[in-house]
Amino acid sequence: MNGKNIFATRWGIIGVGACIGILAPLLQKLGNPGNMGICVACFERDIAGGLGLHRAAVVQYIRPEIIGFVLGALIAAYLFKEYRPRAGSAPIVRFVLGVFAMIGALVFLGCPWRAVLRLAGGDGNAILGLLGLTFGIWIGTLFLKNGYNLGRSQTTHTTAGWMLPLIMLGFLVLMLIFPQIEGQDKHGVLWYSLKGPGSMHAPLLLSLTVGLGIGFLAQRSRFCTMGAIRDAVLFGQTHLLSGFLALLVFAFLTNLVLSQFKMGFAGQPVAHTQHIWNFAGMALSGLAFALAGGCPGRQLFLAGEGDGDAAVFVMGMIVGAGISHNFGLASSPEGVGTYGIPAVVVGLLVCLFIGFTMRRKSA
Amino acid sequence: MAATVDARGLSCPQPVIMTLDEIKKGQDKEIIILVDTDTSKENVSRAAESQGFAVHNVTPEGEGYRITITKG
Repeated sequence: MNGKNIFATRWGIIGVGACIGILAPLLQKLGNPGNMGICVACFERDIAGGLGLHRAAVVQYIRPEIIGFVLGALIAAYLFKEYRPRAGSAPIVRFVLGVFAMIGALVFLGCPWRAVLRLAGGDGNAILGLLGLTFGIWIGTLFLKNGYNLGRSQTTHTTAGWMLPLIMLGFLVLMLIFPQIEGQDKHGVLWYSLKGPGSMHAPLLLSLTVGLGIGFLAQRSRFCTMGAIRDAVLFGQTHLLSGFLALLVFAFLTNLVLSQFKMGFAGQPVAHTQHIWNFAGMALSGLAFALAGGCPGRQLFLAGEGDGDAAVFVMGMIVGAGISHNFGLASSPEGVGTYGIPAVVVGLLVCLFIGFTMRRKSA
Repeated sequence: MAATVDARGLSCPQPVIMTLDEIKKGQDKEIIILVDTDTSKENVSRAAESQGFAVHNVTPEGEGYRITITKG
């Protein structure tokens, strides 16, 4: 607690971004889907599928990376005495924001992490997504400037902060009890994909190890993709942005080395070319992340260090994935889902409602 | 008398916004900020330094920290 945290320095955050930028394309090389070495939204969607919360057959797998993110952050928080169980800052609002963040992300087909990984893999559609993300976050900063906030959290029982880490540990135990069986789409309580992105994954132990490592580093460095853009827009601060850009540059270089770079708009892996909805989907996500105070990765790391409100946001995202696929809101390589467009509109209206009404003058 | 900003329990980026608001008022050469996470401690310190303030003192207080910043 007393020494200087080197990961929170400029070079620290750049190093962490570079690390993620190298590891994500490597995970792709080792089996993860195209331009999806790591995608927090997609992987939480796969977890929802693995649990049967939705039944989209191509996206069902309990992703060990997500488990690792939370547990890695928990380990770092305990080692450096930063574990602080806290909760009570408008949890239901955070849940709703999580739901719509996921709905928006699945219209674009990726979270901010995957947006840069897609760009680093040559997918031009990611440019629209990143522009949309920036636009959504910019709207969020306008609310922040006008006093928007979700209120204070309270210190709570240690156990409360353990809830999401324990849920993740439970997922891991389920995977060990009911591992994937070749050619079967179900083992015990878990669902698995036989084809599509859900069937593509790096070996469990490797995914988990990388997840733990990134969770540890991200907790120390406070790596946040939404915060990167928000701080630049709101304060002119480029601290977090330098980490985000390092991720982009190093992922690009790693893709070049691994021959995974393919430039273009059409035929990109797990992507569609409907520019307006790539933009709007990520705008919705960006606004929801800004209102909730963190990108989907950061919410996992916060949950790992005891933030129960971030944990509620994560649960909102997992439930949101179920809703997205059950309601036909999620996009596919063919384009946006049947009800994807109205869902984005409703999501933006809900976020604007929250932004306009949850204001408190700082006394 | 130094101004005090109580940012305990508030999530990112509220502590920084509140600190910058207080700095913008320009009334005090010394500002005390109360935060309850290490992330907020780092963010507030970084923001203060970018505004020409020096982080004079950081002491643990309760579940968090008391940060004293002074105009250099």
